[in-house]
Amino acid sequence: MTPDLDERRGSVAERRAAWLLLSPALGAIALFFALPLIAALLLSLTDFDIYALADLRNLRFVGASNYLRLLRDPLFWKVIRNTLVFVVLGVPLTVGAALGGALLVNSKVAKLRGLFRTIFFAPVVTTLVAVAVIFRYLYHPRYGLINQMLGLLHLPAIDWLGDPAWATVAITLLAVWRSFGYGLVIYVVGLQAIPESLYEAAELDGAGAWRQLRDITLPLLKPTTIFVGILITVSLFQIFAEPYVMTRGGPLYATTSITLLMYEQGFRWWNLGAAAAIAFVLFALIIAATGLQALLRGRKSA
Amino acid sequence: MSRRLLAKIAVNGALLLLAALTALPLLWMLSASLMPTGEAMSLPLRLLPSHPTLQHYAALFARLNIGRNFLNSLFLAVAITAISLLCNSMAGYAFAKLRFRGRGRLFALLLATLVVPPQVTVLPLFLEIRALGLVNSFGGVIVAAIATVFGIFLIRQFAQGIPDELLDAARLDGASELRIYWSVVLPLMKPILVTLGVFTFLTSWNDFLWPLTVLTDESKYTLPVALANLSGEHVQDTELMMAGAVITVLPGLLVFLALQRSYIQGIVMGSIKE
Repeated sequence: MTPDLDERRGSVAERRAAWLLLSPALGAIALFFALPLIAALLLSLTDFDIYALADLRNLRFVGASNYLRLLRDPLFWKVIRNTLVFVVLGVPLTVGAALGGALLVNSKVAKLRGLFRTIFFAPVVTTLVAVAVIFRYLYHPRYGLINQMLGLLHLPAIDWLGDPAWATVAITLLAVWRSFGYGLVIYVVGLQAIPESLYEAAELDGAGAWRQLRDITLPLLKPTTIFVGILITVSLFQIFAEPYVMTRGGPLYATTSITLLMYEQGFRWWNLGAAAAIAFVLFALIIAATGLQALLRGRKSA
Repeated sequence: MSRRLLAKIAVNGALLLLAALTALPLLWMLSASLMPTGEAMSLPLRLLPSHPTLQHYAALFARLNIGRNFLNSLFLAVAITAISLLCNSMAGYAFAKLRFRGRGRLFALLLATLVVPPQVTVLPLFLEIRALGLVNSFGGVIVAAIATVFGIFLIRQFAQGIPDELLDAARLDGASELRIYWSVVLPLMKPILVTLGVFTFLTSWNDFLWPLTVLTDESKYTLPVALANLSGEHVQDTELMMAGAVITVLPGLLVFLALQRSYIQGIVMGSIKE
């Protein structure tokens, strides 16, 4: 945080200019973020639906009943479970791939590091919708490239998007492919911050590459791991475009994520009250999950 | 064979394998988009087109009017980048360098909003856009992206490095505060403006949920929305869909390749907050 002892020392002209320069951004954030945020909370306490959309007089305050109805809805629990599976499966895979890739790129014997880093990062800047379309063909049970390659390895074909369990895996793998490069770049920064002298000292003590990794690199990378873990967790909780394009949430709702359910409730069936309640449950889950990870970090530094 | 040589082979081999797996979906997309109809989904497996053709690109532009969607995406990304760079740079500079009451608390409040996922605000924001008569208009897409806390944060980080003496010298010369922002500060902030600009452009180019919500007319669709829509009707036309994917993905990739140093710099700055 900035030392704000000198806040009050600004001249009148300086203070006036500050508010002038701040006003467009703050105005936009107030109008198009803060106002909708408060409205969302109120919305989740009403029965806002297509009738209210047509005429606001049809709107009624219903208290917590949107939330209570969600808790009784088996589909909602299924969707929460689906989303948690995406997170539990996707976070370790993404973090592992990011760390592994970063260790390789950062290795002293690696060639063409810049080129490799660019290739690993490229999926991050691709359009999720386009990528979901590509992967839908790659996952085709008969003609898809992935099953063809499995065939070459004499492995059985998998019904990637048709089988409820595999569909979850398929979507998770796509998410891992698209975002591990982001974590990789952050890991490379973390690796480069580790002083070379630590490794030299370990070398003198006769520690091999594996011991150096376990006793120096991984412990010193722990804050990076937690940061990357939180980033990936938050993005997986919000997973939407992948199931929207690839499976429409099927088969049998196996890949319907919280955001997809919210979108369907809100913009397809116009149950905006219920959809707002779903959004707040998602918000609470994200807070809880990131809080848990931050707690892990606190315990380490304490 | 020495241990070092062995390590060299293992590391570079693993890198090559990982790079091949990473690049494969994109390379296949490009190759399939150039294949004659039906070839991408045939047995035995085909990796390269037998007779490369641009027919699917031609069909997309001539028959399916994807040029329109391309221009929509481009217009929105450029407009959003320009507007948000201006607003974020003004606010970020004010937070970094101008002294006013409540500065620290206001900035902390802004940072706190970063925990709110966009899903929470999207529904009421839609109702607001509707009340303003902005549904199915580009204005409706743009207003949601005028200012971002991340952008203000990034600019503030950078602007804190501008020496106060420079600003005070300009004040002594009689320059007004706005003049100082425009003629002294903005030129100095060019590196961070490029970084934030690439970020904003790519975020807008790839955005899906919000344009999908606001834009209802096919002629107004951005590329991702148009592509999702096409993939419903043309699921059998693999090669056509891959040409559509290339048109959607390639501009973003090219922007990234051209300015990757700036882009990655932004990620690094964003990740070392404390």
